[in-house]
Amino acid sequence: MSDEAPKLEARNVSKNFGNLKAVSGVSMRVGHGELRAIIGPNGAGKTTFFNLITGFFPPSSGEIRLDGHDISRVPAAARVKMGMGRTFQITEIFPELTVRENTRIAVETGLGFSLRAWLNAADRKRVADASEEVMTMANLTSKADRLVGELSHGDQRSAEIAMALALKPSLLLLDEPTAGMGDEETYQVTGLIRRLHRDSKYTIVLIEHDMRVVFHLADRISVLAEGKLLAEGTPEEISANEHVQNAYLGKAE
Amino acid sequence: MSTAMTTGRAPGTRAYLQLGIIWALLLTVPAWLPMLGGYTAIAGRVLVFALAAMSFNMLLGFTGVMSFGHAAYFGLGAYGAGLTLKYVAASTPLAILAGTLLGGIAGTLFGLLLVRRRGVYFAMVTIAFGQVCFYIAYKWDSFTGGYDGLRGFLRAPIDLGFTKIDIAGNETLFYFFVLLVFGLAVGLQALILASPFGRTLLAIRENERRARFLGLPVERHIWLSFSISCFFTALAGTLYALLNNFADPLGLNYVMSGNIVMITVMGGMRTFWGPLVGAVLFVMLQDYVSSMTTNWMFFVGTVFVAVVLFFPRGLMGMLQKRSGA
Repeated sequence: MSDEAPKLEARNVSKNFGNLKAVSGVSMRVGHGELRAIIGPNGAGKTTFFNLITGFFPPSSGEIRLDGHDISRVPAAARVKMGMGRTFQITEIFPELTVRENTRIAVETGLGFSLRAWLNAADRKRVADASEEVMTMANLTSKADRLVGELSHGDQRSAEIAMALALKPSLLLLDEPTAGMGDEETYQVTGLIRRLHRDSKYTIVLIEHDMRVVFHLADRISVLAEGKLLAEGTPEEISANEHVQNAYLGKAE
Repeated sequence: MSTAMTTGRAPGTRAYLQLGIIWALLLTVPAWLPMLGGYTAIAGRVLVFALAAMSFNMLLGFTGVMSFGHAAYFGLGAYGAGLTLKYVAASTPLAILAGTLLGGIAGTLFGLLLVRRRGVYFAMVTIAFGQVCFYIAYKWDSFTGGYDGLRGFLRAPIDLGFTKIDIAGNETLFYFFVLLVFGLAVGLQALILASPFGRTLLAIRENERRARFLGLPVERHIWLSFSISCFFTALAGTLYALLNNFADPLGLNYVMSGNIVMITVMGGMRTFWGPLVGAVLFVMLQDYVSSMTTNWMFFVGTVFVAVVLFFPRGLMGMLQKRSGA
């Protein structure tokens, strides 16, 4: 097991925007089935790092590896096909379509049906079953025929996660999944992520500001500050880490 | 049907009722239109503009991409049909085929240059191409008839072997011919929009970034949508040439593109049948007001502004909201 490639690996990855070093020299290894949280103050480069992993733009230097394969120059859409599912800081859904339609589009795209003008009965059933399955996982079956844009913030986030799941990802990247949510909704979404990790064994990397969520969910935590990796460890190690205390945890967030 | 297709809800009874009313009205036009003081050719014009606008709406309403140059494909369709009848053969089906291919292929090729542009840049480039086509038709006197338009061709009766359908001499028969082509075309559009491919267009309209991160090649799908839309718009153009026995360079002009946009927005761009309603309103205004004043565009403009201000979802969108469909 020890020589097996990690699920996701960043090797000395940097990203510059002009003179701004948004991410500089970050290395990270995320194991199979791990739930990794990335924390850090605003402007630490967390979302930029996510964008590098998912191929939103290429790194200025360094390498991103998925299951041991260098994917640094692979475009975003192809990374999705390699098993990367992503949700965004600001919920990205199809607001004027129903929940069922949102997941159906995701399922059809994942199955490679997106150019089909016609589906036979077997394929139609396959699509319907798969979208039913992810809606069930996200607890959305009772709202299947409502427009996503009309749902609560927590349900919209769940729908977004359901769409990511519809692509059968092996790695799930969640950018601030509980951002802007009240306690109830945070609890709902945290519960969903926990089930995906514990029961469905997804490898998950998430960016999160809410420390209760992070310490509750994460196997390991990586702390970014000013584009650099400041510390990495278990929740216990991180909460005891003096640098992290000074740079981040001590300050009111 | 229309709400169902834009949101993915299963079509309800109301949608079938709507569909029934629309087709009942269209099929009985020759019976009731003269009683209202109309004539059958005007109904043909409604269908042509409706088809052009519904085709355009696949792009605007269902893919979320704005073209301001659809007159180019409409006009190419018209010239393609007219030139075929004039120089190649007196065959109406051949004229329709040639015009549709001309406009559709031009749009497909041009679309390759377009797909990376977005918003106002996309619209600007589409206008530019439209104007290029306009000036070619306008200046090439010897071939296209230039400023005066292309004349000297007539739609030919359709020869089915055992019988001839006289769409050339009989206005009512011609109306049904146009209605048949219209019905087949919009039926095909409905099938495309309800397919997995059609849903990807809705996805792009709703949220391009999400669509991309589902692994969808967004550019390719916008290009296909543009291409399909151009083929159908060109088909409408061929019918326009057959209707008038004339191809007008103004049919290629950006003013015509503007009319297509206006018809679509007035009728309701988030609904399938909205552009048909918009076309009825537009042609009625054009016909009745232009008989009273040469400044009819002023009145059309006023109505357009009023509709956009008071019914931002268009007339059809408003009806559906009212009825809770």
